[in-house]
Amino acid sequence: MTTAPSPFVRAALDAAATVPASGIAWLDTARRENLDAFADAGLPESRNEAWKYTPLRALAQRSFALADAGIAASAPVVPVVLPGVDGARVVFVDGVFRADLSSLDAGHGVELSSLAVALVAQPEPLRFALANRYRRGAADAFAHLNAALATDGVVLRVADDARMAKPLHIVHVSSGLQPDTAWHARVLVEVGKGAHAEVVEHFVSVGDGAQLGTVVADYAVREGATLGLVLLQDASAATTLVRRGHVRLDAKAGVTVHAVELGGALVRHELTAEVLGDGARFDTRGVFALSGRQHVDTQLEIHHRARDTSSDALWRGIADGRSRGVFRGAIVVAEGADGTDASLSNKNLLLSAQAEIDTKPELEIYADEVKAAHGATIGQLDERSLFYLRSRGIPLVQARSLLTLAFCRAALESLSNEALREHLGELLVAHLPTSVTE
Amino acid sequence: MHMLKIDNLHARIEGKEILKGLSLEVKPGEVHAIMGPNGTGKSTLGNVLSGRDGYEVTEGSVTFDGRDLLALEPEERAAVGVFLAFQYPVEIPGVNNTYFLRAALNAQRKFRGEDELDSMRFLKLVREKLKIMQISDELLHRAVNEGFSGGEKKRNEIFQMAVLEPKLAILDETDSGLDIDALKQVAEGVNALRSPDRSFLVVTHYQRLLDYIEPDFVHVLAGGRIVESGDKTLALKLEAEGYAWLADTHPELRKADLAGAPA
Repeated sequence: MTTAPSPFVRAALDAAATVPASGIAWLDTARRENLDAFADAGLPESRNEAWKYTPLRALAQRSFALADAGIAASAPVVPVVLPGVDGARVVFVDGVFRADLSSLDAGHGVELSSLAVALVAQPEPLRFALANRYRRGAADAFAHLNAALATDGVVLRVADDARMAKPLHIVHVSSGLQPDTAWHARVLVEVGKGAHAEVVEHFVSVGDGAQLGTVVADYAVREGATLGLVLLQDASAATTLVRRGHVRLDAKAGVTVHAVELGGALVRHELTAEVLGDGARFDTRGVFALSGRQHVDTQLEIHHRARDTSSDALWRGIADGRSRGVFRGAIVVAEGADGTDASLSNKNLLLSAQAEIDTKPELEIYADEVKAAHGATIGQLDERSLFYLRSRGIPLVQARSLLTLAFCRAALESLSNEALREHLGELLVAHLPTSVTE
Repeated sequence: MHMLKIDNLHARIEGKEILKGLSLEVKPGEVHAIMGPNGTGKSTLGNVLSGRDGYEVTEGSVTFDGRDLLALEPEERAAVGVFLAFQYPVEIPGVNNTYFLRAALNAQRKFRGEDELDSMRFLKLVREKLKIMQISDELLHRAVNEGFSGGEKKRNEIFQMAVLEPKLAILDETDSGLDIDALKQVAEGVNALRSPDRSFLVVTHYQRLLDYIEPDFVHVLAGGRIVESGDKTLALKLEAEGYAWLADTHPELRKADLAGAPA
């Protein structure tokens, strides 16, 4: 079937024509192949099950040029700091690496550089990740797009048994100076055997220019290694953001992810964990707080492919105004992955009659001796709790705010970085819908 | 001067009339016990007085300190001095007990035009009250009632009362689910809070609580009204003889009003 490419696709092809060749044959081939795959399939449509609740018809009619590197390189951006996150920092403005805002010293045993620099210095180790062929088809449209157009990003390698003393802060800033442009970034992280790494991926906007950003992040966590990953999405209300995260866990590895989704107009977050080694553990916590016409879609997939692995997922969502939240949480236990212990809980609060939340927990089990539990709820604030607080003198509005915040904070409780946890809690308060805090 | 005056109160929930002309007057410093069979409206009375949603007052009035209590929101009733100790205190995960209590106290003070307490002054107040209630301060660091035992929950109610210092405390079956030691502790806490300015409505199904919290008056609530009032000896009579004898003096009461509805 051939139809005329949408404005979105045409703009992406135009953008690709402006990307200079890397001079690395396999990389240029991979970029071209991904671009072709993207052009062939276009954006996914609603009949595509994975995109059923996130229609892209409006996006397909929009055109995003590549953000101008010159403007991005000189855009005035105040340093983005987070409490409890004072280690190395890698800052991108409109997708352009900003050495002047970054600090790449992550300590002994930690190799940290921008992707562009790493490609010049030593491309071969990156080949496996960057020449990766995604499934052809529209479901992977944004991964193809990112592979075709992302020329920079982060490369982090933590040597065996090394311990990062402080979290790495990866900041993606939308400058607000280049409306209707797109940026693309790639994140490649490898945590060596027995090592420990902490990473904060942070999305922020200056001003409110309508931008598209895509990020594809791969995390390989080797045997006995641990990773703490925090995702903070605080983009402007005009931002379209698509992030795909892929985490692979070898034997006895442990990964904890905390995700906080606050901003954005249209946000798609795909997080896939492959628990590949015996005894590995993957924990995720996440929360979204939406209002206005925001649309945030989280797709969590956890694949257990080894023995005695475990996963625990606890996600919370609140939606106000005419916003829409989507959560799909799938646990797949492969044949032979005996002794798996997996649980997934997704609770949601609807604060307005026009808001919508679609939640879909899925469980696929092909192994014996598995402990698996999942559940999802959508509801309103508990009337008994509200009355209890009010009966003690707490006004209705404040009582609602207290309960809503408590509901969201459950997703942050296990974050061990106390200063960061407090800060995220405060950000949540600031983002609580006005019907709660007015 | 009355602190609380309930006059001919009629109230219903989900279309069903529960209170059918209840009248009661309480002066400052008095302790009134409300007894009665199950299902006769004892808990409804506490809920209506504290402003819980879902109860519709169809007739009558409630005056508290000269104000029309029924016109106030639940939080305003708290601020003017009405406190309900819940029969089933609610667990609120994620809301810290201390934070909750300070927010409550300061909201009340703000409503009354008093200055809010900073955390230092609040903590000092809390330490004083903890001593009275014999509660460990570990309880303060936990979420409101979360994982508390039955006794801890009820003690926490009385502790909240101690901090908030209401004028009128309504104890809704505070004795239910407590063993004798827990009951004594709770009663001691209540007695420590008795004062010439503070009144109590002690709603209970059993007389044993009244062994420890001695009432000035005992009322029998049946069929949605106060049908008998007396001093503490009335409670003893009820304990010994049950409620059935009331049918002799109150022929309008149906058997069901006195036997209690099925739990």
